[in-house]
Amino acid sequence: MIKMLSGNEAVARGMWEAGVVVASAYPGTPSTEILENYALFPNVYAEWATNEKVAVDVAIGAAYAGRRAMAIMKHVGLNVAADSFMYASMTGMEAGLVIVTADDPAMHSSQNEQDNRTFAKFARVPCLEPSDSQEAKDMVRLAFDLSERFDTPVLLRLTTRICHSTSAVELGERIAPVTEIKPFPRNPAKYVMVPGNAIKRHPLIEQRIRDIAVFAETFPVNRLEPGRHSLGILTCGVSYQYAKEVFPDASILRLGMSWPLPEKSLRAFAQSMDRLIVIEELDPFIEEAVRLMGIPVEGKSIFPITGEFDPRLVRESAIQAGLLPSSAHVPLPGLETGPLPSRPPVLCPGCPHRPAFYILNKLKVPVNGDIGCYTLALTPPLSAIHTCGCMGAGIGVAHGAAKAGSPDHHVAVIGDSTFFHTGIPALVNVVYNNSPVTTIILDNRITGMTGHQDNPGTGRTLLGQETVRIELEPLVRALGVKHVQSVPGYEVKTIEKVLKEYVKLKEPAVLIVVEPCALLPEARKRWVPLEVLADKCNGCTLCFRIGCPAILKSDELDEKTQRPKALIDASMCTGCEVCAEICPRDAIPFRPVRVEAGE
Amino acid sequence: MMNTSINFLLAGVGGQGTILASDVLVNVGLAAGFQAKQAEVHGMSQRGGSVTSHVRWGQVVYSPLIGAGEADVLLAFEKLEGLRSLNFMRPGALVLINMQVIEPLTAISGDQVYPTDESLHAAFSRLTSDLEFINGEQIAASLGNLKVANVVLLGALSALLEHSQRAGAALTPALWLKVISERVPAKHIELNRQAFQAGREALSKK
Repeated sequence: MIKMLSGNEAVARGMWEAGVVVASAYPGTPSTEILENYALFPNVYAEWATNEKVAVDVAIGAAYAGRRAMAIMKHVGLNVAADSFMYASMTGMEAGLVIVTADDPAMHSSQNEQDNRTFAKFARVPCLEPSDSQEAKDMVRLAFDLSERFDTPVLLRLTTRICHSTSAVELGERIAPVTEIKPFPRNPAKYVMVPGNAIKRHPLIEQRIRDIAVFAETFPVNRLEPGRHSLGILTCGVSYQYAKEVFPDASILRLGMSWPLPEKSLRAFAQSMDRLIVIEELDPFIEEAVRLMGIPVEGKSIFPITGEFDPRLVRESAIQAGLLPSSAHVPLPGLETGPLPSRPPVLCPGCPHRPAFYILNKLKVPVNGDIGCYTLALTPPLSAIHTCGCMGAGIGVAHGAAKAGSPDHHVAVIGDSTFFHTGIPALVNVVYNNSPVTTIILDNRITGMTGHQDNPGTGRTLLGQETVRIELEPLVRALGVKHVQSVPGYEVKTIEKVLKEYVKLKEPAVLIVVEPCALLPEARKRWVPLEVLADKCNGCTLCFRIGCPAILKSDELDEKTQRPKALIDASMCTGCEVCAEICPRDAIPFRPVRVEAGE
Repeated sequence: MMNTSINFLLAGVGGQGTILASDVLVNVGLAAGFQAKQAEVHGMSQRGGSVTSHVRWGQVVYSPLIGAGEADVLLAFEKLEGLRSLNFMRPGALVLINMQVIEPLTAISGDQVYPTDESLHAAFSRLTSDLEFINGEQIAASLGNLKVANVVLLGALSALLEHSQRAGAALTPALWLKVISERVPAKHIELNRQAFQAGREALSKK
C-alpha cells in the first residue's frame, strides 16, 4: 500500500514496523509529530518526557531491559541529552537503541543551526540520513538492525526539510516485538561506567566504529549512481534531491550513512572522477573527512555553510564555480512591489501571556526570557524580552547578571513546560545562592509553541491517561522561595501590583501567572468578541500597545487628535478583556457576564 | 496536452487552511498519476506568521522545494502574501489570488503600510496575463462556514487548471472531491463538496 507521508509520519510508521516498544521525547520543532504519530499505533508505549536527557535515559533503560527503544528530539535537544548519549555509546545495550535528531538548517524555529552529525562522530556512533519519506521509514528499521548487530546506539539524523516534506511511501509489515522479557542484566563490567570498567570499554567502542566503517562499504544505503566521469558528487540527506535535480548526468555516491564513511568506496569513486564535490547542508562534515583521507575534494568553497539549500541555490552556486554553463541560470521576474509589511509570528489574540509583558514593558526592567510562545514578546509593541538563548537559560542568566551587579532588578520569564524541562534546577540555584531575581512562570497549562502537548502540569499523559498534576505553587514554595503568588493571567492590575512589589525585593520571588492557552478547546468555548464604542474612543492608541492582532486601526479618525480610532476584529477577538482593562475612557465594554479566569 | 511537471506555490497566513489545501493538492497529484511532493514551513507560523507551502507534480520529482523563479502556479490565500510571492514565480505563471486582507501587526501598530489593490494588480499584470481574483471568504460565508474558504479556492484552482490545460484529463472534479472527502470530517463532506463546486463556478461566471 502506498501512502503520502511526511518524514515525521514516516519515521513513526518505521518505528511501528521495526517493533519499537518504548519511545520517549520532548516536543520540539521540527521533530514533534514523530512521537505524536507513533502514539496512535496500537500496543505501543510513548511518553512526553520532562526533557531530552530524561527521554534518552528512558530509552536506554528500555534497551537495557531488552526492548527496542527510541528517543526523539530536535537538534538542540541532543545538547541537553549529550551526557546520556555519550554513556550509551560506552555501554551498548541488550536491544536496539535509536536516537532521532531533527536538525533545523535555516533555523525555521530554532536558536542555532548546529549540525548534529558531529555528535555521531564525537560519540563513536553511526549516523543515518534519509533523503525522503520512504527512506525515513526504511532507515528506522535499518538503524535498529545496525544497532543490534554492533551493540551501539544509532543516530538517525533528519532535517526540517525531511521532517516536514510529504512524499509517497510503500508501507511494510510490522516485525513482531520481543515479547519474552529476560531479567534485567546484572553486568557491571558493561553497564556500570566507573573508571575501572570504562577504561576497558573505550578500546571496544573505537574498534566498533572501525568495524562499522568496514560494514559501510557494502551497506546498501550508501548507493552509487553512475553517470558522467567529469563530475562526481558525494551527498546525503535532502541535498541528494537537489543534486539529482541540478546534475542529472553526474555520478553520485549517496551516503545514506554519513558516519562512519566507507573509505575504500570513496577512494574508488574519487579515482574515476575528474572533479569531486560534496553537496551537504551546514558543516563540511563529509568534506573534511574525505580530505583527511588525502582525497582532493571541494564543498564549502562552492556551497554555503549556513542555511538551507534548494535547487536554485545549488544551481546558481554551481554556475559560479564553473560546474554548469551560465546558460543554466534561471532568471527571476525582478518585479517591483514596493516595501511590503513583514508578518512576524505574534502572540495570538487572547494570549494569557500578554498582560505580564505589557506590565514588564511599563516597568522597563531587564527581562531574561526563555523558549516558548512567550519569546514572541520580544517584538514591538511589547518589546519585553532582552535575552533568550536556550531552554531553561533565563533564570540562570538573570541570577548571573544580578550577581555581577547589574543595576536593575532582573526578571526571568519561563513557561510551565520549560520550567519542568530545565527551569527547576536554575530556580533552586537562585534560592540556594540567594539573588534578588523575580521569576515569572507563565502557566498556560500546556506546551504551547509546539502545538499543545501535555506536560507534568496538565494531569494527562500522551496516551490519554489521567495522572498526577504537578502544582507549581507548592513546588516553588518547597524550594524555599518565600515570596510566591499565583495570579490569573488576565488580571492586568493585580499582575502590575505584584510585580511592582517584587522588583523592590532583595530576595528571590516567583509570580505564577495562571490561565489556560486561549487556543485550547475548553478556552475557545469561552470566546465572546468585544467591541469598541466609537463615540467614546479618542484614538489614544493605548490599546495598540498590547500588540493584539484583533485590535485594528479604524478608518474613522478622532476629530480632535486626528488619530485613527480602535476597531476590534470580531472574527479574531476572544474577549480576554485585557484591552478593556487598560482603556482609560471605558470605550471597550467588558462582556456582560464576567467569565472566571483560571479553571 | 499534459505538461511534464507543475510547481505550485501556496501562500497565506497561519490559520487560513493552507496546510489542508496543500495536503489535498499533493494527494490529487498522486491520484492523477504524477509523482508528487509537498514541503511546508510551519512551526512559528502557527502564531499568525506567513505560511508557504510547495507542491510539485511531475513524471519524476526530486526536490520537495521549488527553486525561486520556477513556480508555475500561485495560489495566494491573502493579498499581501500573494504579493510577497511575486518574484518566486515563473513569468507567465497561472495566478489565483484570494481577495482576503489580514493586516499584520507591523501595519496595525507599526508604521508599515499594507499594499493597495492597484499595486497588487499592477505588479501581477507585469508577471502574467493568466491572473484571476476570487473572494473565497464571501463565497464560504454564503455557504455558512468561513472555514471552507480554502476548499472554495481549490475548486477555483481545479477549474483554472482544466481551462489552461496545465494538467491531464485524469484531473477530474470527481478525483478532487474524492481526495477532499478523505481529509475532512464525515459530517462536513457535503459542505466541502458545495464549497468546491462554488469555487469552480465562481470563475466561470465571469
